[in-house]
Amino acid sequence: MIAEKYAAEIKTILAKYPSDQKRSAVMPLLYLAMRDGGYVTKGEMIEIGEILDITPTEVASLIGFYTLYYDQPEGTIRIQVCNDLPCALRGADEFLDKLCENLGIQVGETTPDGSVTVEAVMCLAACDKAPMFQVQTSEGLAYHEEQTLSSALEVIEAMRKPDTPS
Amino acid sequence: MTELILLRHRQIPDLNQLAVYRQHGGFEAFQKAVTSMNPYDVTDQVKNSGLRGRGGAGFPTGLKWTFIDYENWPHYVVANADESEPGTFKDREIMEGNPFQFLEGVALAAFAIEAKEAYIYLRGEFWQIAEVLDRQIAELEAAGLLGENLFDTDYSLRIYTHLGAGAYICGEETALLESMEGKLGQPRLRPPFPPSYGLYGKPTVVNNVETLTNVPYIISRGADWYTSIGTEKSTGPKVFSLSGRVNKPGNYELPLGTTFRELIFEHGGGIPEGKEIKAIMAAGASSSLIVANEEALDTPMDYESVPNVGGALGSASVIVIDESVSIDWVLRKTLHFFSHESCGKCTPCREGTFWMRHIIDRIHDGKADWSDVELLNEVALQIQGKCLCALGEFSIEAVTSGIERFEADFRVKAVSSGE
Repeated sequence: MIAEKYAAEIKTILAKYPSDQKRSAVMPLLYLAMRDGGYVTKGEMIEIGEILDITPTEVASLIGFYTLYYDQPEGTIRIQVCNDLPCALRGADEFLDKLCENLGIQVGETTPDGSVTVEAVMCLAACDKAPMFQVQTSEGLAYHEEQTLSSALEVIEAMRKPDTPS
Repeated sequence: MTELILLRHRQIPDLNQLAVYRQHGGFEAFQKAVTSMNPYDVTDQVKNSGLRGRGGAGFPTGLKWTFIDYENWPHYVVANADESEPGTFKDREIMEGNPFQFLEGVALAAFAIEAKEAYIYLRGEFWQIAEVLDRQIAELEAAGLLGENLFDTDYSLRIYTHLGAGAYICGEETALLESMEGKLGQPRLRPPFPPSYGLYGKPTVVNNVETLTNVPYIISRGADWYTSIGTEKSTGPKVFSLSGRVNKPGNYELPLGTTFRELIFEHGGGIPEGKEIKAIMAAGASSSLIVANEEALDTPMDYESVPNVGGALGSASVIVIDESVSIDWVLRKTLHFFSHESCGKCTPCREGTFWMRHIIDRIHDGKADWSDVELLNEVALQIQGKCLCALGEFSIEAVTSGIERFEADFRVKAVSSGE
């Protein structure tokens, strides 16, 4: 349960907002909940609602609205390729297709070992460095810019075997 | 070499270190303001500088600050770091390279409207930037540049970061405020505007990152110095994000009023593979498609001139499209974006972007006839002027201008039943 596990961090987060506006902390708390397993469980939704005096339904609606929150476990490594207009003008669609083909999945799918999900996402504010993707894990987010198929596969391999020096 | 104001880190190594920033005059403007200026003097300077909002709307910044309601307290400053417009990547570079100048700008805005708390709303993808900003804010508190009783006055200020979670709409200022309050990021009905009813219903100024980063220079060097850059009505430097089919995409800090030709061909190195330029989107995916003829290329990029060639400067996110690209494909990309990002609050936008996406897919796949192109245009016109925020409006810019100005591309595609 996040209330005990992250007690100090929750306190710091709540201190950012006026005491009568603690609902503002719902987004940071959802990020905390995602740290374990990369998604928010029903129990955590209830718990966040209790901490902030809002209903679990309200918490769930935010998970549905914002794209970086998940309520389902998928690949532990989410490769999110931007293929919006500026990136696509620099070959992002072809890059995405090749990457998926190489991993043997379709866009939006997870590899059979459950480790990697590849998604097409909207603009990530890195249009001049396309093709690019961000990696979302329970640890957070990281950008990888000016990518080729081989550099992307290297990033993925290094993450699949975190003990291998990269 | 021309002195850079906003992308100063390109000329001063390690400017993202507080010590280096202070060696180069950092936080002198803030100290000067807090110890020797009235808050309204700061606002006056910004007003006289002619600075206009760099997030896209181009609204006069100082004027916005004067709208703050002094009958209602506390006041808040919220920095809009939600940078999500396809083609825009300037605020990210400013926050990574020149973060303290941005933070000093936040502090000056807060002092000007007598706010004791300021928030930086960053898009969730800027998670790493937020972590670094948190450390930098802590450094400023340790150095006595933020916190209680600054410079032995009774002025106190705290700055906090707040992460969004992937929603373009949160760049719209009232949706951003809703999101900060822990709700769905959906725009509010206006008026009232944020300076009278903002965060938690309190008077709030929402300014873009680049806008705020201008402020320390305006205070230290004065409004007259600032107005000497740019044009008469569009003053100051601007970071132009150049992307698409150009040899050297990237951010370019240039005076407002620089021509498209200079940006694209001198700084951006022209079009790859010797191809011809076909169209320009001056304000990211929210743009109309400007026909890239000689007149357009010679147009100064300022708030007054770009409308003369059927566009708007917006956030100055210049996407270059060359002759090998068909405009129906461009529309397919922008409509997929807007239908994904529509927040769902207003029916014309929610339904309209959905149907426009389906129609353009049909056209792009060669399964449509000319009546579908007309239908697409009609749906677009039904969205116009009927939504609470600009997203609906933005979604049709490329559609209506693209069909009107690049009709031939659609004639080629819309052939399935012989027209």
